[in-house]
Amino acid sequence: MIFSFDLLINAVVSGILIGGFYAAVTSGVSLSFGILDIVNIAHPAFIILGSYVAYAVNSSLGVDPILTAIVMTPAFYVLGAAIYQVYYASFEKRGQESLRGLAFFFGLLFITEVSLVLYFGVDYRYVDARYIGPSLHFAMLDIPSRILVPCLVSLLLMAVLQLFLTRTFVGRAIMAVAQDQLALRLMAVDPIRIKRIAFGISIATASLAGAFLIIIQPVEPSVGREYIGRIFAICVLGGMGSLPGTVIAAMLLGIVESITSTFYGPSWAPAVSFGFLLLTLAVRPAGLLGR
Amino acid sequence: MRTPTFLLVCLAIGAAVFAASLALGNDYIFFAGYVVMQYVVLSTAWNILGGYCGYVNFGSAAFFALGAYSTVAIYKLITENDFYRMPMPVLMLIGGAVSGVVGLGMGYLTLRLRGAFFAIATLALAVVLQTLVVNWDFVGGSRGAYIIRPEQIEPIGNYIRYLFLIMMLLAVAAVTIARMIEHSRLGYGFATIRDDELAAEASGVPTLRLKLIATTISGALMGMAGAPFPYYIGYLQPASTFGLDYAVNSIAMPLIGGTTSWVGPLIGAVLLGSLQQIATVTISSAVNLLIVGCLLVIFVIIAPNGIVGLIHTYLQHKPEDFVGRHHVDADAPGRVP
Amino acid sequence: MTGSGDGLLQVENLGKRFGGFVALENISLSVAAGERLGLIGPNGSGKSTLVNCICGTLRNEFGNVRFGGQKLDGLDAHERTHLGLARSFQLPRPFVSLSLADNIRIPLLYTVAMRPDRRHTPHEVEERCVALLDEVGLGDKARRLPRDLTQVEMRKLELARAMASEPKLLIADEAMAGLTHSEIEDILALLVRLNEQGVTVILIEHIMSAVMSFSRRLVVLVSGRKIADGAPNDVMRDPEVERAYLGQ
Repeated sequence: MIFSFDLLINAVVSGILIGGFYAAVTSGVSLSFGILDIVNIAHPAFIILGSYVAYAVNSSLGVDPILTAIVMTPAFYVLGAAIYQVYYASFEKRGQESLRGLAFFFGLLFITEVSLVLYFGVDYRYVDARYIGPSLHFAMLDIPSRILVPCLVSLLLMAVLQLFLTRTFVGRAIMAVAQDQLALRLMAVDPIRIKRIAFGISIATASLAGAFLIIIQPVEPSVGREYIGRIFAICVLGGMGSLPGTVIAAMLLGIVESITSTFYGPSWAPAVSFGFLLLTLAVRPAGLLGR
Repeated sequence: MRTPTFLLVCLAIGAAVFAASLALGNDYIFFAGYVVMQYVVLSTAWNILGGYCGYVNFGSAAFFALGAYSTVAIYKLITENDFYRMPMPVLMLIGGAVSGVVGLGMGYLTLRLRGAFFAIATLALAVVLQTLVVNWDFVGGSRGAYIIRPEQIEPIGNYIRYLFLIMMLLAVAAVTIARMIEHSRLGYGFATIRDDELAAEASGVPTLRLKLIATTISGALMGMAGAPFPYYIGYLQPASTFGLDYAVNSIAMPLIGGTTSWVGPLIGAVLLGSLQQIATVTISSAVNLLIVGCLLVIFVIIAPNGIVGLIHTYLQHKPEDFVGRHHVDADAPGRVP
Repeated sequence: MTGSGDGLLQVENLGKRFGGFVALENISLSVAAGERLGLIGPNGSGKSTLVNCICGTLRNEFGNVRFGGQKLDGLDAHERTHLGLARSFQLPRPFVSLSLADNIRIPLLYTVAMRPDRRHTPHEVEERCVALLDEVGLGDKARRLPRDLTQVEMRKLELARAMASEPKLLIADEAMAGLTHSEIEDILALLVRLNEQGVTVILIEHIMSAVMSFSRRLVVLVSGRKIADGAPNDVMRDPEVERAYLGQ
């Protein structure tokens, strides 16, 4: 372990930037698990799906991945709404969500991942864009723009989501549905519809997160599994549904992972996020800014 | 049927299966059969915690892998240099002990968490364990470990047939244990944990202790299933040994077969395991997981009580005919959280 | 009879908070063996919270609870049940995948049948299950599942299950809500019978006629504090109690 201030600063900055990206990745689960209490363990698979869609369009038409993702958002929204409808009819209505709902999403995770393997194969895929390649240099800092750009767009996404949740009627209804469904009904709002919208948005964020992912690193179908731990760790640590909390927790995790990776080697990285998760669950299930 | 009788019946069936396989003459039967028997143990073990108690364990692979890696560790320690090969049953007991202890520890750390958090925690634990093993060079780390499988063993002859026999005996043991639990006070206790843990506590059921018993038994059985694996496969690699594939199978088989009794995991493992073996040979192994995933999703939506549930519905038992213990109706009022 | 003494159940300065919300404050209570205590109060006054703290389902931050002289702090709910404390839940919580007989069997197997001095062949346990169900009028439905029961029958099952552990103290949490007059009479008769057999009973109820006729002593909880404790007639004439029920 060679300790150098340069390395440390770069690791921390890199961690913060990656953290911004992690926040976008987690935002969907903050909605589905943090607010709606739906354990969508398949979320990473949808992110990878988003990555592949971006890749496919990028490699055949040369379109910028983030642009592709934005265009594909409605499709992902519809997918999310459809999945929620099935989930609700099969499990939530019957009170079976603990075992069978979980198994349902687990099955979806595998179906998505294996379908991608069968269609695209197991080779790593990557995209081409103007901002992939160049780096920015500030004094001793070395910031690749392929990490900077997704981070900035991620934070923008988080801001938009937060505004939506706090300033719009539907957004506030989503926050309310977690707390008091009966009150919502009395206000002539159908909680099921609200939850469907929320879950649809949750999967829609996966489209964008997928584009960010494939900009930052090459992707192959099983990459999603690494993110299961990260996503739930950040979601729980961030206070289950608090978007600002998610951003802070994500950056925290990013920094710790980055430092561990720089000084101890990347093979310990998975243990960091999952270890974080265990620690959080053991010590403070309410997270940092918990409700 | 009393337990000793049941055990004898199982052993008789097992002997018949073994004899029939020998008669077929093709050693591939033993290779495939080993995997199916292994899944019988894994799904039965999973079901003790998942089906009986209602606690979903995503980390089955970790317990399986720990059993396998105990064998590797012992192999590197003793067998490689001194050529003393520890007998398989002893290896299984050691693997079972290691995984059982880890199961107990995991339970102690995570069983205070409610449903979904517990499931996620088990996944986290599995990855942490995997990372520890990957970084442990003694057992090969990420490079993997080679085990030399002996050619012959007296009096069975071909070593692979021996492995199949051992695994089948373990499967018989697992199913018998599961059945014994079901018919005992422990089984009733497990059912109350699944139905309403709060009410169970108020009724005098020591829920934490029972849950720890469940995780320990479950973990130990999975570890015992993993112990012979290095000898079966010859080359052990953390990525595949700890793979989520074991997790999805050990969840899918009981859910498809039926979670409320020992019959379900058995049916699920035999059917799904055989299906996967056929698919691997005829199509590809990637399609395997697609099949499992699809079947899991379909069954969980359409037939929540699995194949066993479908059979019961088909035979149209009236609720009164049922002694009432193992019938979870999908339309029943949901469990109170 | 308000705070000290050697009651079967001694609650001393019990307090419980949920974050910033004070659910219970400085509750002291003494229940003598064999007593019939009524616990009343408006909705949200903390009655069920108090029961949960006594029985171990919730942990109280302040004060302590003694049962038969023994401190209950740190004991899990099932351990308190083994000591002889039983409760029925306000909203019935049956074991949905078990038959009625099996619902009763659980506390029997895990409490009574575990006592060294009690014989418990499976046959005897089965007999006891059916006998308990008969006492609440559910004997003919022993093999049915809880989902086949009416609300009323579920409450009776809830009581029968609480009785199965042969408690020294039974807390009945709003067991009579929504029942008809004759059904209320049935439940009351059952509780009186239990009490005559030596079981101490704490009755939590909103149905005043039932509470007044059953209780020998009445405790009133308002907004997490005990405001009255004494003979039923005296308590009901207490101006503070009147204010709590009739409003300002």
